[in-house]
Amino acid sequence: MVMLDVREISKTFRTPDGPVTVIDQLAIHAEAGEFVAIIGPSGSGKSTLFNIIAGLETPDAGAVLIDSVDVTGRRGQVAYMPQRDALLPWRSIIDNAVLATIVQRGDVAAARREARALLHDFGLAGWGDARPAMLSGGMRQRAALLRTVLWHRPIMLLDEPFGALDALTRAQLQQWLLGLWDRLDRTILLVTHDIDEALLLADRVYVLTPRPAQVALELTVDLPRPRSYSVVAEPAFAHLKLRLQQVLMMNEADPQGALLRQRG
Amino acid sequence: MQSEQAQHVVQAASPGGRSGRWQQRVAQVLPPFALLSALVAAWELIVWRLALPAWLLPPPSRILTTLMNNLPVLGEHIAATLSVTAPGFGLALIGGFALGVLIDASPFLRRAVYPLLVTSQTIPIVAIAPLLVVGFGFGMLPKVLVVALVTFFPIVVNTADGLQAADRDQRRLLEAMGASYWQLLRLLRLPAALPSIFTGIKVAVTYSIIGAVLAEWIGASAGLGVYIARSLRAFRTDQVFVAALVTSLLTIGLFAFVTVLERWIISWRDES
Repeated sequence: MVMLDVREISKTFRTPDGPVTVIDQLAIHAEAGEFVAIIGPSGSGKSTLFNIIAGLETPDAGAVLIDSVDVTGRRGQVAYMPQRDALLPWRSIIDNAVLATIVQRGDVAAARREARALLHDFGLAGWGDARPAMLSGGMRQRAALLRTVLWHRPIMLLDEPFGALDALTRAQLQQWLLGLWDRLDRTILLVTHDIDEALLLADRVYVLTPRPAQVALELTVDLPRPRSYSVVAEPAFAHLKLRLQQVLMMNEADPQGALLRQRG
Repeated sequence: MQSEQAQHVVQAASPGGRSGRWQQRVAQVLPPFALLSALVAAWELIVWRLALPAWLLPPPSRILTTLMNNLPVLGEHIAATLSVTAPGFGLALIGGFALGVLIDASPFLRRAVYPLLVTSQTIPIVAIAPLLVVGFGFGMLPKVLVVALVTFFPIVVNTADGLQAADRDQRRLLEAMGASYWQLLRLLRLPAALPSIFTGIKVAVTYSIIGAVLAEWIGASAGLGVYIARSLRAFRTDQVFVAALVTSLLTIGLFAFVTVLERWIISWRDES
């Protein structure tokens, strides 16, 4: 069953240097419970794509459907985790985690109880009442994920959630996210720069072209689950990685794309 | 300059902390304290050496004795001054904050009000104050208005600026949750603006007592401003110095109070 259906969306921004088309007739979808990764050169419009799905921006053409309902331009329909953790420094971890419930005027007391119960699962046991400044980078990222999970939406958008972490912490969190996704039964859309990360986590990978973003390649990752980090050593993994790299490199060679990429 | 000195005083006055931090604080307070002591000693010496008359320049020792002798009288004047300062500053705080929020909410208001605000600060308060007395009589109101006029500007500007300071990612997150204007204000933009608002309050509070003294000087029956005016007429220069000293100490005390309040309210800044 198709959970998220992004239909042929286009978006052009007016800039002082003239109009810039960031997304051109881009179509992607995600099945219910599927883990989908999106890879693309920086500045390829991944953030704009996420903003459109999250309802922060409206596309010039096309539509966003969730569970066959048109939600184009509507906010609060998907859970969204921005690139940096965006934790509010004056709120405790628990108070940050229940933010979506507060904004959407839900049962905050119940959300609080749920957050407390999940602290251990998120490696944050004993840190519920601490402020974000006391936490390490990896813990902050997990706290931000806890907030995303407690948003209670069937679809979670994760925008490079591990981009700023060191390699070891990143590997640990990837493994942990796999386990979490297994238990949660949510649809995840993950933007990443990291080919290994995409192949390790996702069922399917979209590679985007440089601006204007279109789908350059759609790749099904038919590696067996449950996966662990050792999967990177398997021939099937290497084969998939090579294909992704080839498509990405082809994109890099595109001179027009390279020029437009400068804008970030 | 003034605020910097006050900062040292505050740091020295706040209790707790480990011995290392105490040493640091002593090291911070020592240089200005030593310089001040040297200046006061030099002042005393020069006055005695040149045998200056007390109405021209009283020595520090005389100022101190006058302070001690006049304490009961001074207490009444201080109470009068504070009773003007408090409502005036309160008015500036509430009005300035509200105006800051309004300016932030409406680009039209920002364009319309901002130039007028800046212009209002260029008009000398000594010209306005007598007009207020003429208009509102010798009661509390004109004095309260003078204090409000000299203190509201930094509060307005820092509130309006601070509300723009919220982090972009945090803002987008709350917007993606579907937050309304008021939710965004309450959950994100106001807390994020607090450091800036407190900066405005600290600047404003240093003008507040001086504003009250000025207003009293122009027309009142009690207060430090009245005390100064009477002392000048009687050539009691030592009393003028006492009033200046008391005004300065009161201002430093208020500044210290606001700083402690700031640390208590914006506690998340000290935790990293």
